[in-house]
Amino acid sequence: MELTLAILLTIITAATPLLLAATGELVVERSGVLNLGVEGMMIMGAVGGFVMAYLTGNPLLGIAFAVLLGMAMALLFGFLVLTFATNQYATGLALTILGLGLAALIGEGFVGRAGIRPPNLYIPGISDIPFIGPLLFGRDVLFYISITLVAGVMWFLFRTRQGLTLRAIGDNHHSAHALGIKVIRYRYLAVLFGGACAGLAGAHLSLVYTPQWSENMTAGRGWIALALVVFASWRPLRVLAGAYLFGAVSIGQLHAQAIGIAIPSQALSALPYVATIIVLVIISQNRRLTMINTPASLGKSFVPDR
Amino acid sequence: MKQLLPILAAATALSLTLTPVAFAQQDTAHACFVYVGSHTDGGWSQAHDLARLEMEEHFGGAVTSTFVENVSEAASAGTIERLARSGCDIIFTTSFGFMDPTLEVAERFPDIKFEHATGYKTADNMAAYNSRFYEGRYIQGQIAASISETGIAGYIASFPIPEVVQGINAFILGAQTVNPDFSLRVVWVNSWYDPGAEADAAKVLMDQGVDILTQHTDSTAPMQEAAARGIKAFGQALDMIEAGPETQLTAIIDSWAPYYIERVQAVLDGTWESAEIWHGLPEGILTMAPYTNMPDDVAAMAAETEEAIRSGTLHPFTGPIARQDGSEWLAEGEIADDGTLLSMNFYVQGVDDQLPE
Repeated sequence: MELTLAILLTIITAATPLLLAATGELVVERSGVLNLGVEGMMIMGAVGGFVMAYLTGNPLLGIAFAVLLGMAMALLFGFLVLTFATNQYATGLALTILGLGLAALIGEGFVGRAGIRPPNLYIPGISDIPFIGPLLFGRDVLFYISITLVAGVMWFLFRTRQGLTLRAIGDNHHSAHALGIKVIRYRYLAVLFGGACAGLAGAHLSLVYTPQWSENMTAGRGWIALALVVFASWRPLRVLAGAYLFGAVSIGQLHAQAIGIAIPSQALSALPYVATIIVLVIISQNRRLTMINTPASLGKSFVPDR
Repeated sequence: MKQLLPILAAATALSLTLTPVAFAQQDTAHACFVYVGSHTDGGWSQAHDLARLEMEEHFGGAVTSTFVENVSEAASAGTIERLARSGCDIIFTTSFGFMDPTLEVAERFPDIKFEHATGYKTADNMAAYNSRFYEGRYIQGQIAASISETGIAGYIASFPIPEVVQGINAFILGAQTVNPDFSLRVVWVNSWYDPGAEADAAKVLMDQGVDILTQHTDSTAPMQEAAARGIKAFGQALDMIEAGPETQLTAIIDSWAPYYIERVQAVLDGTWESAEIWHGLPEGILTMAPYTNMPDDVAAMAAETEEAIRSGTLHPFTGPIARQDGSEWLAEGEIADDGTLLSMNFYVQGVDDQLPE
């Protein structure tokens, strides 16, 4: 029981940053924009969150600043791909490289300092319930934000008029434009939302996951988040499942190793990517499935013709 | 055309007279370094960078140096070649995975000296240098077995290369001198540097009941997790006491500076020669951080072992030692030769893990 709880808690920590970043990217991609700069926005969130929390002593201010920095990076991306209609793939990659370098520069004086963990939720009585208490009512604020975000995005995309509009833009920006919808404005908001989520994910890494700043500490998690969006075929609930599945696999293989079961860990590390490729193959073979979920305008630049 | 000939002849003569000069003494030198991580990673690469700065300071203005950081092992050949073309006299490449790329570039630049850390391949202009980290691991094993209550330690490992396997074996051999039944759980994270994965591995090991952590990865994340749960841990590459003031027992500290000074001096003197150097505690390339957070008698024992290794009376790999499957590896009194150690790909008895292929 105690071991099960410990395993679940570790899985939550491993899954939360992926879930945060992937949920944001899902909204971006649903609007028809592909932002490959998740890693860059995430690392900026990580350094921003750490530095602000370290300087003010307040981890919540750190999280807020991480969101701001993530959005600033996203704004830069939006300015290039939306206003100037640059190539989304190249711009996203550039954003990642820029973010990694810039974050290293900002964080240079903060390497090796001890970070400040945001306090865990504690509700007297409820948080003390064995097992369920610490698991569901004793987590950090970013865990609750991540779950709320998934629910919020589901509601927004599939239950509101604006969500329908956003999806329509992602499927065919020319038609949406012809109907008088402000394509660029919607996409700007979606891209900014994605940046904010990536910033939150970064703050989770440098404040909750490992409360420290070190260069390249995202270690490819932005790319895993991108893969998760495809794996989930652009459905929020599947992103949630995918993030936790990935967390479970990565923690499970460590446990298997520690008790001496010989599983090739290299193969397990590659599992989420292999799964993504398999899902892509399946999706691309079924035209109907593809039509339903893939934003048809994904990655295409849009220049209003009048 | 006729006028050109004397010029050519003069040029040839000049280059002939100049050639010997290139091999003799020089007043200045430019040393270059290639790091696998960031120069502020708090571990392995930072240790090299601190040594680089110390070396530069030692020579006053005579030696300049530059470094390239975060160089991926797979794509390092291009970086090394660029340094070779940019006027470096000597290039230090400081990760095991740089070995083949360094050799490849060294063959094409015979006038430049190359130094590769922790590998085993050399050439006329490429030396290999390494530290006997396992000497420190043996001491750590003794400390771990002395203060552990559960009798199990956790080992966060990077890649199954000989250097890491040596460390694991030395740790368990040291532990067995105190507690013959001591057990060691090993987790491979397949990375030298990934704070998140290292923290996950630390948590997993602690969840499974280890109460001592040791790592052969480069970030301070495991030390932090150990501190959060109130257990003890060992630092790696640098003194990590700041990450765990009440957690760190000791740390293996890489002190490359004396070696860098010696080798750059040899370049200045024109006496540089290729070599295969494997130093340890006796030569000071490896030092131990202060023995902290442990009872005095344990610290005294550790200091005694350290002294025995330094003076040469104790070699961690001295028989009788059995392999993991129980077959004999070293007979009573037999000492492992360096060749076997440098290609070590098997566990000794007592390691609770299966070595990844």
